Amino acid sequence: MTRPANAPDLLDYSRRWPLRLVLAAVGLFLYLPLLVLVVMSFNDSRQTTVWRGFSLRWYEKLAGNAELVAALGNSLLIAGLSTLLSLLLGTLAAIALWRFRFPGLGLVAAGFTLPIVVPEICMGVAMLIFFTRILPWPQDLGWPLALGPIVIAHVAFIFPFVAVVVRARLQSFNREAEEAARDLGAGPWRALVDIVLPHLKPSLIAGALLAFTLSLDDFVITFFTAGPDTITFPVKVYSMVRFGVTPEVNAISTVLLLLTVLLTAVALRVQAIAGERLAP
Amino acid sequence: MTTAPSALAPASAVAAPAARPIIEFRHVTKRFGPVVAVDDVSLAIAEGEFFALLGPSGCGKTTLLRMLAGFETPTRGQILIDGEDYTRAPPNRRPVNMVFQSYAVFPHMSVSENIAYGLRMDGVPAAERRARVAEALALVQLEGLGDRRPDQLSGGQRQRVALARALVKRPRVVLLDEPLSALDAKLREDLRFELSRLHDRVGITFVMVTHDQDEALALATRCAVMHKGGLLQVATPADLYEFPSSRLVADFIGSVNLFEGRVRVDESDHALIDLPEAGITAWLDHGTGASETVQIWLAIRPEKMELHKRGTGAPPPVMEGTPEGHNVVAGTITDIAYLGSESVYAVRLATGKMVRVIRPNLTRWDQEDFTWDEPVWLGWHAEAAAVLLQ
Repeated sequence: MTRPANAPDLLDYSRRWPLRLVLAAVGLFLYLPLLVLVVMSFNDSRQTTVWRGFSLRWYEKLAGNAELVAALGNSLLIAGLSTLLSLLLGTLAAIALWRFRFPGLGLVAAGFTLPIVVPEICMGVAMLIFFTRILPWPQDLGWPLALGPIVIAHVAFIFPFVAVVVRARLQSFNREAEEAARDLGAGPWRALVDIVLPHLKPSLIAGALLAFTLSLDDFVITFFTAGPDTITFPVKVYSMVRFGVTPEVNAISTVLLLLTVLLTAVALRVQAIAGERLAP
Repeated sequence: MTTAPSALAPASAVAAPAARPIIEFRHVTKRFGPVVAVDDVSLAIAEGEFFALLGPSGCGKTTLLRMLAGFETPTRGQILIDGEDYTRAPPNRRPVNMVFQSYAVFPHMSVSENIAYGLRMDGVPAAERRARVAEALALVQLEGLGDRRPDQLSGGQRQRVALARALVKRPRVVLLDEPLSALDAKLREDLRFELSRLHDRVGITFVMVTHDQDEALALATRCAVMHKGGLLQVATPADLYEFPSSRLVADFIGSVNLFEGRVRVDESDHALIDLPEAGITAWLDHGTGASETVQIWLAIRPEKMELHKRGTGAPPPVMEGTPEGHNVVAGTITDIAYLGSESVYAVRLATGKMVRVIRPNLTRWDQEDFTWDEPVWLGWHAEAAAVLLQ
């Protein structure tokens, strides 16, 4: 550290009132709307803007809303399937990019990360065209199979996120450990499962949670690939909002918020643990 | 036992051991794109040897070892282990085990699990596995540490785990990739003795790669000096040091004073060699077999040179086994490095040539007390110099 001795400690900055004020303003800006949303979901009133007392009636109403519950079921199933497939594809992509040296490697790596930067609306329109022109999905398949297009679309934009997380973890892998396993009698698969995967475990957990969250709250791409019978939770919420924001929508949003925050917190925690283990 | 086949004449002809070869490289070449990492190497290693592949980085020694382990495939040539062709066999099907430079101890397994891994791959039953792991732990003196995690071990202990993990499979050959380079100097010396002890005890052939000549000389029963993908010389450590075959070897193993020269008289029992760089004619107690028309080099190790006082008109000393007036040259001390157990003197000859002389500090103060700028006689015995043709 070459900081001059008289420089204020990093913590000192937060003790000065102008900075504290800015901090508080940013906090309010970020979280006040969410706080209002959560508070109003417990409001005992049809009006979303006037507080009339605490009540859980909107949550009860939610539970009784069959369409909404079905949409939540769809969302969870899609998120589960997308997570599994994205984890598989993303991990394989990361390992392929790490293991092999071939001409065009940079191009392939860039190709894998492209879906992360492509605007979601473009992905959505592209998926819509894809499922009408190139791979028309039969309409009469019945419930779980009808979710196919959404799952495929989700995997297409989510697996690159998994690949990025896993690739970052692979950078810290000691190749000699895998060679040692091979040397001790393990075949290529065995060495991958016994030595490489345990090293990747934290990134697999983090990647899975990331994938689940991304799939669960995706609206744009889902909107373009959902059919009349395959409504997901965010798409359903959107359709309800079009007829006015009721406290019921507040309650739904609170549930979704809670789910997302929980999963993100777990993902961050897992990554933090992995980071600690990496440090010598 | 049969002797090595004639196909590997050049390398194995030098001090080839009588035992049958456990490893044979036959005209092995390895290219990486345009780079030739190993160039037509033929080499036989006998059962029970502690063999060192020695050379600077990039000389191909690691590639040679990795081809033996199965991590690289030769571009051309054959690799035989115990008489069977293993040129293209994958690493998991070879009767060799490796100790990696980073030790590559599996971080998510305990010490015992690490050592048992290879046995599990071989399908050894659990009870026998436990017994053999305990035996291996005892062999490397890690009893009681079986339940430790690798991150709770010191560097030296981790190396022992890597060794135990390789030895527990009872391979025909153990490969060691720079086994001591990751350790600090003091520990390195301890483990050097321990490696030697282990080799004697288990009787398995060891093949080691190192860039450290001290390590190679101290551990190996035989060394191959490599340079630019080829073998320069294969010999015992003592032969490498005392009878180097070329200037490169003489220079790489220890330090050496080299004089350009030309043979003037070459008899069976002595030779006379003109050394224009020293301004004298050297006397050698054996014939050289070198043509009088070619340039040769005379190599003399610094510790095989003597210093004598020259001030006040002292006559030149007579060297052992040498007629008067040979192997003695006048010089001046320009620099002294005191290293504790010995001192290194830099001496400038009248011709301007710089020569290094090492004198052991046998007593606690130097009786002769050579000092800076002192005129000295520099001399060497009739048997001290080696003649190098290339």
